[in-house]
Amino acid sequence: MLGRFSLADLPLDVPILVGTFVGVVIVGIAVLGLITYYGKWGYLWKEWLISVDHKRLAVMYIVLALVALFRGFADAIMMRTQLALAYAGNPGYLPPHHYDQVFSAHGTIMIFFLAMAFMTGLFNLVVPLQIGARDVAFPFLNNLSFWMTAVGFILVNVSLFIGEFSQCGWLAYPPLSETQFSPGVGVDYYIIALQIAGVGTLLTGVNFFVTIIKMRAPGMTMMKMPVFTWTAFCASILIMLAFPVLTVALALLGLDRYLGMHFFTNDGGGNQMLYLSLIWTWGHPEVYILILPAFGVFSEVVPTFSRKPLFGYSTMVYATCAILVLSLVVWLHHFFTMGAGANVNAFFGIATMIISIPTGVKLFNWLFTMYKGRVEFHATMYWAVGFMITFTIGGMTGVMMAIPAADFVLHNSLFLIAHFHNVIIGGVYFGYVCGMNFWFPKAFGFKLNEAWGKRAFWLWCVGFYFAFMPLYVLGFQGMTRRLNHYDNPDWHPWLLVAEVGAVMILLGIVCQLMQLYVSVRDRNLPENIDVTGDPWNARSLEWSTSSPPPVYNFAIVPHVHELDAYFHDKENGIDTRRAGSSYAPIHMPKNTSAGLWCGLFSLILGFALVWYIWWAVVIGLVGLVATVILRSADKDIDYYIPAEEVARIENEHSRKLMAQAAE
Amino acid sequence: MNRKVVQYGQMAGLASLLLLGGCSGLDVLDPKGPVGDQQKFLILESTIAMLIVVIPTILLTCWFAWKYRSGNTSAEYLKNWSHSNKLEVIVWGVPTIIIVFLAVITYQTCYSLDPYKPLEAKADVKPLHVEVVALDWKWLFIYPEQGIATVNQLAMPVNTPVDFLLTSDSVMNAFFVPRLGSMIYAMAGMQTQLHLMASEPGDFAGESANYSGRGFSDMKFRALAMPQDQFDAWVAKVRESSDTLDDASYARLAAPSEANPVAYYSTVVPNLFDQIVAKYNNGMVMDKSTGQMIHVQSAMADESMKE
Amino acid sequence: MAHDTTLADAHGHDEHHESPVVFGFWVYLMTDCIIFGTLFGVFAVLHNQFAGGPSGKDLFEMSTLGLETALLLISSITYGFGMIAAHKGKVNPVILWLGVTFLLGLGFVGLEVSEFRGLIAEGNGPDRSAFLSAFFTLVSTHGLHVTCGLIWIVTLMVQLAGTTTIPERMMNKLTCLSLFWHFLDIVWICVFTYVYLASMI
Repeated sequence: MLGRFSLADLPLDVPILVGTFVGVVIVGIAVLGLITYYGKWGYLWKEWLISVDHKRLAVMYIVLALVALFRGFADAIMMRTQLALAYAGNPGYLPPHHYDQVFSAHGTIMIFFLAMAFMTGLFNLVVPLQIGARDVAFPFLNNLSFWMTAVGFILVNVSLFIGEFSQCGWLAYPPLSETQFSPGVGVDYYIIALQIAGVGTLLTGVNFFVTIIKMRAPGMTMMKMPVFTWTAFCASILIMLAFPVLTVALALLGLDRYLGMHFFTNDGGGNQMLYLSLIWTWGHPEVYILILPAFGVFSEVVPTFSRKPLFGYSTMVYATCAILVLSLVVWLHHFFTMGAGANVNAFFGIATMIISIPTGVKLFNWLFTMYKGRVEFHATMYWAVGFMITFTIGGMTGVMMAIPAADFVLHNSLFLIAHFHNVIIGGVYFGYVCGMNFWFPKAFGFKLNEAWGKRAFWLWCVGFYFAFMPLYVLGFQGMTRRLNHYDNPDWHPWLLVAEVGAVMILLGIVCQLMQLYVSVRDRNLPENIDVTGDPWNARSLEWSTSSPPPVYNFAIVPHVHELDAYFHDKENGIDTRRAGSSYAPIHMPKNTSAGLWCGLFSLILGFALVWYIWWAVVIGLVGLVATVILRSADKDIDYYIPAEEVARIENEHSRKLMAQAAE
Repeated sequence: MNRKVVQYGQMAGLASLLLLGGCSGLDVLDPKGPVGDQQKFLILESTIAMLIVVIPTILLTCWFAWKYRSGNTSAEYLKNWSHSNKLEVIVWGVPTIIIVFLAVITYQTCYSLDPYKPLEAKADVKPLHVEVVALDWKWLFIYPEQGIATVNQLAMPVNTPVDFLLTSDSVMNAFFVPRLGSMIYAMAGMQTQLHLMASEPGDFAGESANYSGRGFSDMKFRALAMPQDQFDAWVAKVRESSDTLDDASYARLAAPSEANPVAYYSTVVPNLFDQIVAKYNNGMVMDKSTGQMIHVQSAMADESMKE
Repeated sequence: MAHDTTLADAHGHDEHHESPVVFGFWVYLMTDCIIFGTLFGVFAVLHNQFAGGPSGKDLFEMSTLGLETALLLISSITYGFGMIAAHKGKVNPVILWLGVTFLLGLGFVGLEVSEFRGLIAEGNGPDRSAFLSAFFTLVSTHGLHVTCGLIWIVTLMVQLAGTTTIPERMMNKLTCLSLFWHFLDIVWICVFTYVYLASMI
């Protein structure tokens, strides 16, 4: 009846997990209780869960990303604490069985559910507004993508309390991840959670690609698109090129595990290096999928707060496109140590280091954007400058590892860990948080608190250096990644320093929460509220509409004349909104619960597959197909916002603008 | 304000560098063999080359951010300036020059430090052959010329090239002695090669650099480099061991076990390494000298074929 | 794949934005193409890994293959007739041609299933060797796509039944399915040449 599940699969003997479970239950009950107490279920359902509005989905994605951050960070600080303790005979407090799950979950969660969800959230919030569109090309798919991502994350977290998670690292290299060596449910959770989330990501890629191609406001040629949109565009292309390969790699591993096939097994003619090749054919573009939008954020933030246009816009675009192409031909640098010939290694090594040229160009461009500007040190700008310094170091160590002969002694060491956290935290995370600080008022109509924002930055930035610079040293000391305990006395002090860094980052996260709390508390203070919709005197179209924007974004679709369209209009006294003109009814998509149902059935399907509960597999599958078919038969999918309603909303905003101007 | 960013960042960076210089145990930067020596030089050379761009970039970031802060109204403000051909040439040119330089050394070192390339030694020194098998979770070293085998201890004479041939009878691992240089993967059904040499005697840490499951953290060995006479004595000591490695004792050894002590085997079945490789290839193994696939007769291979 | 139905053209927007559904679906198909491309690559890597088991020469039968190919190619033509009728706005001929296409597709899937059953019964299932794993996975991924196409055809037939006109949304669905069906034809030709013919030679 319950497949291979038995009560022994509940980790009742692990106090950490039981405690976590109790905590989750208490928090869960508290949240649900509060929603019930305030009678917000209907609101939550109608306005959020089944919404197809890209702005709402953006918020949900970023909330998901923050939850993933807490989970992923909890894993991180557990690992750091284990390594601070587990020295010279002390086994630490995490036995390998648990520790191995922790580092596997940490990587999986941070990449797929923190970084990817955060990125998709920013795409959703910004891209349609920046190109002057009223929504994305496929609003329902957008909602479906969100639920697929959420279900993937839920499955990863279910594995905490029911069964176990993968113990094979975040990429689950075979043959270790094959049934022979990992017979438990952990790898199955991993494969299925990522497959489901991957569907969501792939659809997001298609959605934003089509949105950017088809739905730009009149006059916005490709070379007048804001750089963030450009990076979203290139990231979408990379998603479409790379994620199908991930799908295949994980599917083949799943077939090995479920049907006894021999793709990557030791025996039967399988080839484990084929998996490495496939997974990195996805994995390397993946890091550029993450970093390009972060570059896009900086390309919006630095000009805005330097009060100057971006230096070298077209260079920036070409550099982005160059990175897109190059990122597809470097995957082998992740396994130089497999013993490929010198020619192969040289090709991939040199291709990899060539990427640093366009990347370096981008850094110089931000640098010269500040040059002869009027740089305002807003919290947002702190993250940007912190990024420019930190990322440069990360880039340098990356090129070191791109030299195969040097990689032979650095590969899989803590040097590698330091390198990729240097670019992922110093690049991706700083970038997304920078973007969150920048666009938060657009989503909610009030600004984030400055003081807490700066505190968060300092703790994150300094904490980063304390946590990861020692790892470079440890790499040179020959310490490999994923060790559970060690007895080398030279390593211990550095791991203690890293622990201090992790605690600082923890405080940084606390400051970010405080920032959110204080901002929400003080949202109505005049200095926080964003009446104009343009709190930073910014440059692109998203700032031309109100904050938060009306559901239709733009009452009249703006006409674009120049790069930095909104700034151009402001300079030339053009009213981008064309307030007061006569409005036409606006055609909008209706909310639908179909995405949520698809998610629910996917959850059932995924969970049932993990545990071999075949009847539930059938329910999940049939439910999924039926939902999609019913949705396709649904004729009630759109509606018109009457012209009077549009006029009322727009006039209200105009009135506020005038009141503000009068003050 | 951003100066603080810089100060903290720089302080942390500088502190690390200073401590790096003063701290002990930097195995990778304190090599005891020619391969590691070259790699150390390569790392330092490439770092210095990149610092030529990296340091100015960081300094310029700080300087621009400070000089053009909004409070400093005396600084020049070019409201619309966003393009300069001269600067474009510099921003593309300088990184390109550095990368061209690095590409050249990358290309050269890909050949000179190719792990498959035999090392040169004095004319009268014959290389030592060692066959390495990664097991769950220990390292088996077979010395075919000496007819002995050891677990978790690798001995070699100094200034003698060691030709390693590696495979795995389990999951993928990476064989790595940080003090000697290059690592390489050990994979089931496949043979990889590695050439290392110790230039002075010592007791070096060896490890698996690729996570391989539960017992991975204790999958360590010691690499002992010693003068030739001591090595000969070591071989004699191993030969005195009462343990031998035949099919049955190998099967016991290959079963998963953690934190294994050092073990010596006075004899070893011939072709054990080939049998282990062939087990995953229908009894076939690639002959190192000819590159041809040949059939290996063994109990293990026949068994796996029946499966 | 039932993704067409999720590509609702439910945002209309301004005059200058035509429905992105067909373009979007075409883009989606290109990602599907990468899936097939990757599977072909996997097959290329593993096609000699027989693990002591049979090779393609020992297993494949030309006669079934020819029939399968014929069924699928003809079904593409009949779908084309359906599209011609759809462009003329004639509902009943569309349903008829969709029905014919469905039967041909069903025949194809049936033949494939019986071929697979035969192989598995002889002990040459996908768990026999890496070659057979790659073969079964590639061919059945295509077969699974065809099956999804069959479900899609039935869905559209039901949705069309009883109506008299073909509105734009339905036309988009028919066009997407048309792209999908022809795409599967092209993939099959690659499978046929690269997997079957090349293995037999």
